[in-house]
Amino acid sequence: MYVRHLQLGDFRSWEHADLTLRPGPTVLVGANGEGKTNLVEALGYVATLGSHRVSSDAPLVRHGTQRAVVRAAVVNGGRELLVELEIAPGRANRARLNRGAAARPRDVLGALRTVLFAPEDLSMVRGDPGERRRFIDDLLVARAPRFAGVRTDYERVLKQRGALLKSSGAARRSSGDLRTLEVWDGHLARHGADLLAGRLDLVADLAPHVTRAYANVAATGENSGPAGRVAEARYRGSLGESMPEGYGTAHGPRADTEVLEAALLEELARVRDQELERGVCLVGPHRDDLELVLGEAPAKGYASHGESWSLALALRLASYHLLSEDGAEPVLVLDDVFAELDRRRRARLAELVAGAEQVLVTAAVPEDVPDELSGDRFDVRDGKVWRVE
Amino acid sequence: MYEGPVQDLIDELGRLPGVGPKSAQRIAFHLLAAETEDVTRLQDALQSVKEGVVFCDVCGNVSEQQRCRICLDSRREPKLVCVVEEPKDVLAIERTREFRGRYHVLGGALDPLSGVGPDQLRVRELVNRIGTDEVTEVIIATDPNTEGEATATYLVRLLQDFPGLSVTRLASGLPMGGDLEFADEMTLGRALSGRRTA
Repeated sequence: MYVRHLQLGDFRSWEHADLTLRPGPTVLVGANGEGKTNLVEALGYVATLGSHRVSSDAPLVRHGTQRAVVRAAVVNGGRELLVELEIAPGRANRARLNRGAAARPRDVLGALRTVLFAPEDLSMVRGDPGERRRFIDDLLVARAPRFAGVRTDYERVLKQRGALLKSSGAARRSSGDLRTLEVWDGHLARHGADLLAGRLDLVADLAPHVTRAYANVAATGENSGPAGRVAEARYRGSLGESMPEGYGTAHGPRADTEVLEAALLEELARVRDQELERGVCLVGPHRDDLELVLGEAPAKGYASHGESWSLALALRLASYHLLSEDGAEPVLVLDDVFAELDRRRRARLAELVAGAEQVLVTAAVPEDVPDELSGDRFDVRDGKVWRVE
Repeated sequence: MYEGPVQDLIDELGRLPGVGPKSAQRIAFHLLAAETEDVTRLQDALQSVKEGVVFCDVCGNVSEQQRCRICLDSRREPKLVCVVEEPKDVLAIERTREFRGRYHVLGGALDPLSGVGPDQLRVRELVNRIGTDEVTEVIIATDPNTEGEATATYLVRLLQDFPGLSVTRLASGLPMGGDLEFADEMTLGRALSGRRTA
């Protein structure tokens, strides 16, 4: 798929922006603070209904105005789809497809799919497990929008159960509290198993792509350091021993929700006393991690700066391949990443993405962008964006 | 900011559920312009809702007397009890005119975040009622959200050991007059798993 037209009104720094795009590579060039990233952020919002930079909607609306509008025309398999979103913090956001009747924003999920590379990606490798959980969950939702609901439900139950654990720990467990705790256990296990099964199957499908993409990015040249380290991504669950064998691996069985639910319940019963003692929820997908391994050592803490970057790129490239495999090829967005990479990795990345249906690149200076990606070019300055012929 | 009483009224109105600052202002100026007797009528209604309305001893619904109309109505089946969260849910089910039993209003749902456990709900009253009133069926009609579902599960566990009592739950699925294609995945999924033989 590709984005043919993007229009913004009062989005971030843009009072108005209008871009007609073509398939293939497009580079947006402008100094820092001119609003390049805001343009691609808007596309990300259409794809995920969220921003990769902030968690709330308020900063997305231009200062001093009430609502922002994003309009994107997406061409998918020869058919054009017009997605319109109105972002109004504090009120309900509105959405429209093809100028039809107003719809719920989540109904437009799936109309556009993007894979975004950003400088923040490094934290997927070096940061806390939460960063990697968000990576898997976002990809899970992009693949199957149903999981947006599963994720919300799970988080809600988790919060409720956490509040109960805290108060019962303090009250030294009256029997009434324990009985309701079992109820929340049941719900936590049910929603948790649903989420866990989705993640395990996702990691099973994703892992081979990660290994391959890393080998491609880090393809050994003459002065590339220790050659041939293999990257692996594995799901590490808080279930420990109770996790059925082979789940989450490429050739293992698909995850069975009922089996996982039983395993979660069993594990919850085992740590019950500990949980009451500490007043926190110790079992469930919120404690899990995507383990990234280079050769023998965990990437976090052992990988060099360059290796960490290669791995971060590999995770995004793997997402891109996985989503392409499922159907429509997603739009690739490379936000300011070339400035972060050394010359060799720049060249490798450019080679690997040059063949994609559409690649949008932002850069402060055009020299950062390798020649493979010199397609259309837009300049961004003084609140305006225009095509450079 | 307006002066004295007007601003006080706007502030008070703004604390009501579903009323934002703009609506509060609009209502305040509407009242300011209204006839005195209209305002007096509203005033009386407000006062009597606090003074005149009590909660039914049996079911917990809002009532004018110690027992509500439904609990006093001898034509209604006392062996059949529908458990709901709020008095407004009673009204919703009454509108169907399908249900001929009686109600039990819990006064909320399990919500540990707000400090609501079984002791804050009218659960003990329900259990006592089942023990004494020869109830044979309890229909659990809590909201289909996280808290309502948890409350339902809790009640099912609590009541399953009563001899001769059947505990049922409202079916959940597709709205009437709707289109299958527009149903969200969750509702459709529930409707599939809760399907029945035609």
